[in-house]
Amino acid sequence: MSEIQNLQTYDPFADTGEEEAGQPQGYIHIRIQQRNGRKTLTTVQGLPSEYDQKKLLKAFKKEFACNGTLVQDEELGQIIQLQGDQRLKVQNFLGDNGIDKNIIKIHGF
Amino acid sequence: MKKKKKKKKEAADKEKTEEEAAEPSEFGDLPPKRKKKKKTDMLEFEKQLKEGDEVENRQDDDIFVGEGEQDVKETKVEEAWLNSDRDYTYQELLGRVFQILRQNNPELAGEKKRYTIVPPSVHREGNKKTIFANVADICKRMHRQPEHVIQFLFTELGTSGSIDGSQRLVIKGRFQQKQIENVLRRYIVEYVTCKTCKSPDTILTKENRIFFQQCESCGSTRSVSAIKSGFKAQTEKRRRQAAQ
Repeated sequence: MSEIQNLQTYDPFADTGEEEAGQPQGYIHIRIQQRNGRKTLTTVQGLPSEYDQKKLLKAFKKEFACNGTLVQDEELGQIIQLQGDQRLKVQNFLGDNGIDKNIIKIHGF
Repeated sequence: MKKKKKKKKEAADKEKTEEEAAEPSEFGDLPPKRKKKKKTDMLEFEKQLKEGDEVENRQDDDIFVGEGEQDVKETKVEEAWLNSDRDYTYQELLGRVFQILRQNNPELAGEKKRYTIVPPSVHREGNKKTIFANVADICKRMHRQPEHVIQFLFTELGTSGSIDGSQRLVIKGRFQQKQIENVLRRYIVEYVTCKTCKSPDTILTKENRIFFQQCESCGSTRSVSAIKSGFKAQTEKRRRQAAQ
């Protein structure tokens, strides 16, 4: 209440940092799915095509000590599937290796 | 302010029925430091309001406060300079202005109210299903269609489910209250709060297959992204290909 609103440097016309709806391309979606029991599956969708998914998968598997596969989907292209909840690890890994964190979206609980 | 009062009253009425029995003893237990806001004389209704506030705060403390709205800064307004020789500080004067403004015409002060939602009541049914009992209530509080909320929940959690006879949501899979809460939080950020003024008073309308969110308090309209499910991996064993 006690802040003076007028003096804040805020540009109302600046981009809000998010893309318009309708073109959600370019996002990397990291999702989680529950399997039987307390097992889970992590899927990474929409990785940029300049990366070799096979090598990425290999790196993921080694780094997170989990298994995983590459799945080919008709609409969504190649998708990396990893065993277990690797969402945060994947995010950090991608972030550390030069991918903009803003295009990574984590889904799930 | 007006709105707040109204809402509080409604809430209070509702709570009275539920909490009448528990109320007095619990009130006594409250530590006195709760009343730190202002010590100066209050209008009658403000006192009531504050009592309502306390009831609400106590409920929400542990859980589920909509984000963004938490930083309601209460400057402690006491006219401390009256008893001393020193000059008043800017902060104090500012506080005084707001106090007087609030006393005389409350609707001008534009006090931000905390946006709160009841915590989702989540429990397990059997081994593999989760029941989310108060979806309808939460949807009503957010002014959203239950279908929209449920669709979002399902896509985010990567499962499916249904609504049972008494308007409860049955979700496949095991989920805890905290997890559901997280998802709801994201829903609120994405689809309920106005991006321009952070107000939760928005309505969602559909035009030509695109959802638009219109803010009730600042009037801005923006399109929100559609709920997309994305890739779903096969988690169950494949059924025998079309039993012949």
